[in-house]
Parts: sequence; C-alpha cells; structure tokens
Amino acid sequence: MAYTIEGSDGAWEVVVGLEVHAQVISNAKLFSGAPTAFGAAPNSQVSFVDAAFPGMLPVVNAACVAQAVRTGLGLNAHINLVSRFDRKNYFYADLPSGYQISQFEHPIVGTGAIEVELADGSTKTIGITRLHLEQDAGKLIHDQHPSKTLIDLNRSGVALMEIVSEPDIRSPEEAGAYVRKLRSILRYLGTCDGNMEEGSMRADVNVSVRRAGEAYRTRCEIKNVNSIRFVMQAVEAEAIRQVEVWESGGTVVQETRLFDSGRGITRPMRSKEDAQDYRYFPDPDLLPLVLDEDWVASLKAALPELPDARRTRFIQSYGLTLYDAGVLVAEKATADFFEKVCRGRDAKAAANWIAGDFFAAMNRQGRSIEDPPVTADALGGLLDLIADNTINGRIAKDVFEAMVATGKSAAAIVDEQGLRQVTDTGAIDIAVTRVLAANAANVALYQAGNTKLFGFFVGQAMKAMAGKGNPALINETLKRRLAEPRE
Amino acid sequence: MMLTDLTIAAARDGLRAKAFSAVELTMAHLHAIEALNPRLNAYITVSHARAVDRARAADAALAAGDACALTGIPLAIKDLFCTEGVRTTAASKILGPFVPPYESTVTANLLRDGAVFLGKANLDEFAMGSSNMTSAYGPVENPWKRRQDPNAVLVPGGSSGGSAAAVSARLAMGATGTDTGGSIRQPAAFCGIAGIKPTYGRCSRWGVVAFASSLDQPGPLARSVEDCAILLGSMAGHDPKDSTSANVPVPDFRAACRRGVKGLRIGVPREYRLDGTPDAIERLWRQGIGWLRDAGAEIVDVSLPHTKYGLPAYYIVAPAECSSNLARYDGVRFGARVAGGDLRELYERSRAEGFGAEVRRRVLIGTYVLSAGYYDAYYIRAQKVRTLILRDFTDAFATVDALVVPTAPSAAFAQGENMDDPIKMYLNDVFTIPASMAGVPGMSVPAGLDADGLPLGLQVIGRPFDEETVFAVSAAIEQAAGFTAVPALRAGG
Amino acid sequence: MSLDRATVRRIASLARIRVEDREEEPLCQELNGILGWIEQLNEVNIAGVPPLTGSGGLAMALRADLVTDGGYPEMVLANAPERVGDFYVVPKVVE
Ligand SMILES: [Mg+2]
Ligand SMILES: [Zn+2]
Repeated sequence: MAYTIEGSDGAWEVVVGLEVHAQVISNAKLFSGAPTAFGAAPNSQVSFVDAAFPGMLPVVNAACVAQAVRTGLGLNAHINLVSRFDRKNYFYADLPSGYQISQFEHPIVGTGAIEVELADGSTKTIGITRLHLEQDAGKLIHDQHPSKTLIDLNRSGVALMEIVSEPDIRSPEEAGAYVRKLRSILRYLGTCDGNMEEGSMRADVNVSVRRAGEAYRTRCEIKNVNSIRFVMQAVEAEAIRQVEVWESGGTVVQETRLFDSGRGITRPMRSKEDAQDYRYFPDPDLLPLVLDEDWVASLKAALPELPDARRTRFIQSYGLTLYDAGVLVAEKATADFFEKVCRGRDAKAAANWIAGDFFAAMNRQGRSIEDPPVTADALGGLLDLIADNTINGRIAKDVFEAMVATGKSAAAIVDEQGLRQVTDTGAIDIAVTRVLAANAANVALYQAGNTKLFGFFVGQAMKAMAGKGNPALINETLKRRLAEPRE
Repeated sequence: MMLTDLTIAAARDGLRAKAFSAVELTMAHLHAIEALNPRLNAYITVSHARAVDRARAADAALAAGDACALTGIPLAIKDLFCTEGVRTTAASKILGPFVPPYESTVTANLLRDGAVFLGKANLDEFAMGSSNMTSAYGPVENPWKRRQDPNAVLVPGGSSGGSAAAVSARLAMGATGTDTGGSIRQPAAFCGIAGIKPTYGRCSRWGVVAFASSLDQPGPLARSVEDCAILLGSMAGHDPKDSTSANVPVPDFRAACRRGVKGLRIGVPREYRLDGTPDAIERLWRQGIGWLRDAGAEIVDVSLPHTKYGLPAYYIVAPAECSSNLARYDGVRFGARVAGGDLRELYERSRAEGFGAEVRRRVLIGTYVLSAGYYDAYYIRAQKVRTLILRDFTDAFATVDALVVPTAPSAAFAQGENMDDPIKMYLNDVFTIPASMAGVPGMSVPAGLDADGLPLGLQVIGRPFDEETVFAVSAAIEQAAGFTAVPALRAGG
Repeated sequence: MSLDRATVRRIASLARIRVEDREEEPLCQELNGILGWIEQLNEVNIAGVPPLTGSGGLAMALRADLVTDGGYPEMVLANAPERVGDFYVVPKVVE
C-alpha cells in the first residue's frame, strides 16, 4: 500500500529528495593542513586558510578526493574524470571567506543508484543525482552569551560530500531506509563515520506533496536534520503542513525550514529569509580537478565488500534468510561481529543468537556493537557449549544473561553453577516417571488423543530436572513412556 | 655617487668588496625616506628598526662570507604582501589594524636571500587603480615633474605606485609589486623605471592580498632590467601552497639579460596603434623597433585581433573575482569593524566605511555580473573573449619570439586628471591588460622622454615562462635607449 | 542591459555594502556607464569558444592528507576586533 497523507478531500502523495552532507574521514581538512578531529578546544583546529585570512589559498587534499571517488563507486555512480571547484557566495557568520568552495556545475561524481529494503520485505531503487565535494562551515553558538553569537571555526573547511538523491522517495519509511542504507554504505567504505549526533552526517530534506498523477508541486527544504528518526518525522510533519496549506486554498512557497524536534513541526528559517543569489563561478584559486582513469580503476578494485554483496554472500554461504542477512549486514560492525562468532560454528545459530538475545541485551544496556555486552569470542564460547551438548538451549539463555551480568565466560558460569545438562538416561527416566505419576489425569487425556499435551510433559520433566535435562533425551523418553499401555 | 643611486648589481659588488656596509646602505635609504616620504607618500609604513636589524645581520653574513643573492639590499614591499609582524593594509581602511602572523612566500624568498625591507609601499586600495589616487592613506606623488609645469603634482601610476615612486626617487633599490592588469608595468613607465609582470604562476600568490586571483601576479620593479632579473630570480619559484603556482624551474634571468637579440623575431602588433595615442609614444615605439632591428632582430608585423576587447573583458573578470575575494573583509576576524545593530548591519557598515569608492564600485559591478541571469551574458562571455585573446598571443608566438609595444597610452598625468570618469582611468591599462588576460609575461623598460621631459616606457611581451627572452629584448632596448634621465625629486637631488 | 536603482539596492545588499539613498542615483549612473562600455564585447563572435579556466592547461597538484597546520588559536584570534574567550563574536544571530 502506497503511503499517502489523507487530506479532508482525498489522498496526497509525498515526494521527497534528500541532500545528505557526509563528513569525509580524513586527517586534514579539504583545503588546509589543519586537523579534523571532533570536540577540540575552540578555534584550535584552525589554520589561517580556514579563517580566510588575507592572501591565504586553498590546496586540495588528495585523500578527500579519493574518498569522494570511492563513495561514488560505492553508490554505483559515474565518476567524472574532470571536475571543478566553484565558489558559492553568501555572507554568514559561520562562513569566513564569504564563499563556500563547492562543486556546482561539474561535480566529481554523477548519477548513481542504491537499493533500499522496506519493512514489507520489498526493495526500492533510489536514484543518486550527484555527489560533490565542498567545505563545511564553522559552528555558531547562540546560547553562551546574552547578546552575542560565538564563532568556532574548528569545523570550517572540513571536507563534506554532498550526496543528492533523485526525488524518488515517497514516504517517511523510504526516507529513513534511504538514509540508513546510505550511512551503511559510507561506513562500509570508511569514507564517513555516519555519526549523526556529532553532525558528521546531516540531511537536508526536500518535501512536496501532490495528487496522484500530478506534476511536482513546490517543495520546501528542511535543513540540517540530524537523525534518521527526525528525517522521518520531518517528512511527515512537512507533508501534513503542505496538505493543509493546499487544502485551505493557500500556496506552498519555496523556502528553507527547520525541523523542531521538540514540537514535531517545521518552521521557516529566519536567517535564510532573503532571496539567495549565490553567484557561483569557478574558483580562480584552483585549477580543474583531473583524475587519472587508472587511478580510479585501482580504487574500484580495492573497494571493500559492500552491504548488498555481503547480504547475498551471507544467504549463500551461511544459509541465512534474506531477513536475517539484511539485519546482520546493515551495520558493518554487526556483520563483522557475526562473522567472527560464526567462524567454525553453526551460522544460523550464531545469527539467531545475535539477532535475538544479544541485540536485546545490547539495547537494554544502551550499548553498541562497538562496545558489546558480550564479546564475539565469548558468544562463540557459549555456542560451543550448546553444540557439544554441555548445556541445552534453555540453560544457555540463563548462561548468556549471567555472562552479560558478570563478564565471565560461558564455561566458567556453567562450571560454577553446575549447569551441565543431564544426559544420564537413568536420571531422565526417574524424572519422567515422577512427572507421569503426578499428572495421571493429563496422561489419560493425552492417551485419549490430546497430543498437544506433549509440550506440557516436556516442560514438567525439564522443571523436575532444574532445566538441565537434555531435551532430545527427555522427548525420546516421554514419547516411549507415553506410548506404553496404561498400567 | 651616492649610495642610493647604485643599482642592485653594483651595490652587491660594493657590499662584497666592503666599499660600504649594509647598515650604511640601509641608513642612506632610511634618511632619504625621512627626507622625501612626507612629500611623496610612497611608503605607508616605514620599518626603521627592523631594517637596521636586518642590515646588521647582513653585515655579519658578509663578514662571515656567506652572503646570498640579496644580502643587505634595501627594498620596498608593496603593502599588499603580508609581512609577519608588520602591518599590512592593502591601502584600505578595512585592513588598517591588520598585522599578519605570516610572511608571504615571495617576501619570505627575498628574506631568505638576505634582503632588507625598508617598509611597506603605498598602492591603490586593494590594488584597484592606475594612479594611486584610491589609497586610503593618501595619494603618492610621482617624483618626476613636467618641465613646463614643475608645480603640477603627477601621479606615479598604479596600483604599484608607491613601489615605483620609491624606486624612482631612490627611496629603495628595488621593490615588489603586483600586476593584475598593468599594475607593475604602467607605474614603472610613469616613473621611469623597469618592471616585469612574470608569467601567471611564476611567483607565488600565497600571502599576497588577493584582488583578482586569475590575473594577480607578483613581480619586481627596479631601476635596471638586470636588477629586475636579480629580484625575480629570488621571488620566483614553485610554491605548493599556491595551486596556481607553476612547477617549472627558475632559470638564470640575469644571464638572459646578456643574450642579445640577434636572430630573434620581434613582432609588432598592428592593433596596438590606437587613435589618440600621443605622437611621442608612437615615435618612441618606432624608435624601439629600430633599435632592435639594429641589434640584429628581425621585425615582423603581427596581428592580435582581439586586443581591443581585453579591457572590457577585464572589467568583468577582475571585478567578478574581487567581489568574491573581498567578501572576507567583514569586520569579524581581522581588520576594522563598525559595530551597531545586527549581523547584517555589522557587515554593511564595516564594508561601506572600510572600502573606498573605487573598491565599492568594482565589488558592486562584480556582484552584478555574477548575479543570477547575468552570469552567462557577462562573466562567461568575458572568459570566452579571454580564450580568444590567449589564442591571439599563441598564434603570434608561433611566428615571433617576443612582441614590442608601448606600455601606456600616455605619460604620467596630474592628480585630478582622468578622475571624472572611471572608464577614462581604466583606459590607462589598454596596452597592459591583454598580456594579463593571457597570463603571458610583460616588461616595461624606460626608453625615452616626452616633450614635457616625462619618462615613457616600452613593453616587451613574451611566451609563457619565457621571461628569459623578455629580459634579453628588454636589456637590448635599455642599452640602445641609454636612458639616464633622473626624476626631479630624488634622494640628494 | 541597464540597471535601475532597485538593482543597485539589490546588489549592494548581496555584497553587504551599505548604500545611502543619496548615493544610489550617482552609483546607478556610474555602473551603467561602465556596463554600457562593456557591451562592446557583444561584437565578438564567441560561437564555439570555451571559456578560459585554469592556467595554461596545467594539472592541479594535490596535497597529502597530513596535519601540518592549525593549533594556534591565539594567532588566529589576535587580529579579531572583538572576541569572547577563544571565540570570534558577532551580534546574536537568530536561525
Ligand atoms: Mg542543500
Ligand atoms: Zn552542501
């Protein structure tokens, strides 16, 4: 079912295009030798170039160019062997030179496409219009002084990739899935850390609405949305607002807006009120950027395995379902974790454990795959104890929780708590005998044909053995004993 | 002979021969500055103490026998070059309080080679002008006087007018300049000295306050062609901090001055004959052609059909680039701020009060020609015309080794003249701008005097990165011209 | 193409240069004079001519990704007409 906004007089389709600004992973800035690390003291990572002092000149960082090309290749996009840097001229307190060096007419990367997975199991291809390199601006701090805005230029000049999508997105879900997939690809490539909280990935969300079959109507751009959840909320809030405007006889005006996450609404951005005329022209301080075809080919050859390819491999080599494989490859770190756990072990069991108890514990504790509640080796140790029948699956869940709580290995916990499973058929037989004796009425019902009760007997037997009984042997014993004629 | 009259080449020999010390040489210039600068206003800032310190260090180096190419040579630095710890104004109010914490590459090269900086030379504000009348620190007086009208105050040309006046009046042995559309060559001609705009990319622009990035090029001014060659040899070289700096070797320019012109083909472009050019300039041009022929060059008529479009194209490209380059002067991180109101008001007031009329005019023109709907009609068209101008030169250089033309369409004019109409002022650069637009080297050599006794220059234009031929031809003109006239106002004069 | 006072106001605003009312008319005339003179470029046949970019077809050299600069906030801030701590400051901006 296509997503629509139900207006008072019919359904509206939502049209979304995204411009994602992704901070390039590099040591130094795009045009200067100043460092890029996050969180440094104010204006301590600023060169005279970044502060636009008189006579300062930009020199392009080769690694940033390589990162842009690698990203373009990862987005299945066309690499432009000749591109150019342009100046985008406007005055703002976070822009020291009065222009941003960007790529307007001739970006380094042209059209491409990525495939996103949706909750209903379907996939959708979202077109990439372009990717270009540009400088980040400085940071303005409005809340530290009653009458002044403070300016920190540490981020000024850091390399950004602006990745522009086609207006192919039709719902908040698709918008979220697109950003998630893009972030996943960037992380696999190691070209952007995708950390939206620290601002290393930000989305400008272009939203318009229309009646089915219409041409595009006027769009609004919601600037600098800094989480996937907010992207989805912003799409919905803005679409609803526009539907209201149109349905009340008004006209949506093209403007720049901000998403107020506290109130869940968008509002016009005051600082961008006046009509922009950026007066783009080629930056005369820089020459055209010419790439060597062989160099691009060598970057392509050295590209890591990307999420789609990895998912296919997980399905083929590990026999995972499409869904499980998709969950595991979404984050490169998760996929790496999985492959570490499953090496030499049952891959499906590893996948189930990670997607189940492991994720649950991680979320519960507010931890991350980089700082997991249980290491990959420890989880592997637990799987080994299950595989060699030292413990059963039921006990394994308790052992796992004990591992999370104590940080101890599975083997240590099993030893300390005496959790080895009982495979002694004599002990099992005694337990089963007791259970059958204590539940004679149910035995009668079972033998009269209510075979659903089998699970009940298994549970009782397991309980009688404090959970440590070998489930297969319990099943086998119960089946045999229940099949015996009534005494 | 006074120390201040020496050429750089002669001073180097004198210093090495211990005929005088570097401190003596520097003090002679500092005294001349004290005497004459209040009138000429060639310097905005005089760095007396620094200069003496450097001269002492030079004497120590000379005594130790490790003198470099320019050890102890006192120079004026156009106040467009950022000099570490020394105020750099670009002759603008908006940079009035600015003290750079860094040294431009070109001046760092000169310091590396032992030069002594006497101070920062006056110029047109942000190098925008051809008369030095736009400086926020007052106009510069040309040390030359009209024979018939010695009271008239003449302009030194611009924008490197302070540099040219200082060298001409013996307030420096040489100077740095920058040339965007003629800003070294035209003031050199007006002040009776030599000056070369090298090939674009020959000297680093790093640390030079930008006017129009695709045109700006540092270069030297001095009283002889050889002195210019010595200075350029020090200033030039590849700089990885400037993406437009050419990675080409720096040849021995001084040696090239002695090559002669025998066998060279010298082009005379017919489009440089303009109606209204004074007879004296036409005559001098013909004379210069004759000198070169006599010295063994072959003279060839050539055509540069797009010459006349250089000037109007320049007045699109240069203002467009300057409107963007000067956006950084906003009263926030350095320079003068006019406070009051909100951020927009801070910008608008700081820039309205910080920039003079000519700078404002060019920033506005540049903003206009880049603005939506006009970019293609103006900027793109101008850059296409620029391609045609470059092609003209490329075609000409397929048959000739250098071109010889006048430097400027007139001799120095008086303060107040040409001021009523900006275009009249712009026309001063009609002969220098084509080489700027094409990025090829051009040198002005003092070659004669007009009827008023004012100096006139001839310009030699060469192939890209072939400054050697430019120096060879210029030296031949210099030798034949035997220009020995001196300005009325000069040290000891 | 001739520009009117409204255009002068617009470009002055884009360029963030305050222009007083009384300055508008003379500026308008001056700029029109220059733009009118520039119109002679329309005589040139530019069909098929590429605009000049770069300098003489030189390839642009790139920089290695090394931290070689920064780390001198005092020098960066020393020329600031106004500062608060290690920050530049402007009148409060509302976004
Ligand atoms: Mg955007
Ligand atoms: Zn952007």
